[in-house]
Amino acid sequence: MTGKNRQNYNKNYVAYVNSFAPPTEHFKNCFRAFIVGGFICCVGQFLRYVLEYAFGLQGDELAGTVSVILIFLGTLLTGLGVYDRIGKNAGAGSIVPITGFANSVASPAIEFKTEGMIYGMAAKMFIVAGPIIVFGVLAGTLVGIIYLFL
Amino acid sequence: MFETYLEIFLGFAKAFAVGGLICMLAQIVINFTDLTAGKILVIFMLAGVVLQGLGIYQYLVDFAGAGATVPISGFGYLLANGAIKGAQKGLFGAFTGALSAASAGISAAVIFSYLMAMIFQSKSKKN
Repeated sequence: MTGKNRQNYNKNYVAYVNSFAPPTEHFKNCFRAFIVGGFICCVGQFLRYVLEYAFGLQGDELAGTVSVILIFLGTLLTGLGVYDRIGKNAGAGSIVPITGFANSVASPAIEFKTEGMIYGMAAKMFIVAGPIIVFGVLAGTLVGIIYLFL
Repeated sequence: MFETYLEIFLGFAKAFAVGGLICMLAQIVINFTDLTAGKILVIFMLAGVVLQGLGIYQYLVDFAGAGATVPISGFGYLLANGAIKGAQKGLFGAFTGALSAASAGISAAVIFSYLMAMIFQSKSKKN
């Protein structure tokens, strides 16, 4: 089987496999993402109120401390194996909040620890978060330079 | 006193609605394009940078609080905001502003991930 024949065979096979895959449940997925994402943001808002009224934090310090606590919770839940279980059902609801960023750093760090400390844990830590920091620094600095000339 | 409670309740409601909507938007993009988690994170972070560069995201942050800062687009907002504030001090400020603003988040991610890697063993293979 070569050339066009094989192409057709592959196409038919893909269609055959897809016919057995369950259809994507758009509404259900979106609803779950909304609930879980909204809940994580409410946890963030709760921390904001507590830190503002009980500890008197303001502005950048307040926002930074909330991020640090949420990142700690994200890494802890990843270590306990809870976050992956939430992620299976929540989809983007667990990926997009900052806890998902923490999960994307902690998860490979834990997983690749067996390959050694330097080329395993440390190098693989930024396998997903690295691009975020690379493009974030590039775009952020570009914005800064544009504002410099405005 | 009642007004304070109402304000706090509204704060939660706004955070829930805006944060939930951003996550739902990401889920819609995933449903229709099959993009992986890493690409979604980069796209939403860049959206935050661009929106703050245009001065729009600040309104969303003032309105929704954690609902706008907790999603990854808030990280982009932080980077762009730091660079814009730094640019007021000059070229060096524009160069250091973005990472200075994000330093708390990146340091926390590295330190806590290192600690968790020391404490926990990989579980994902078993399930």
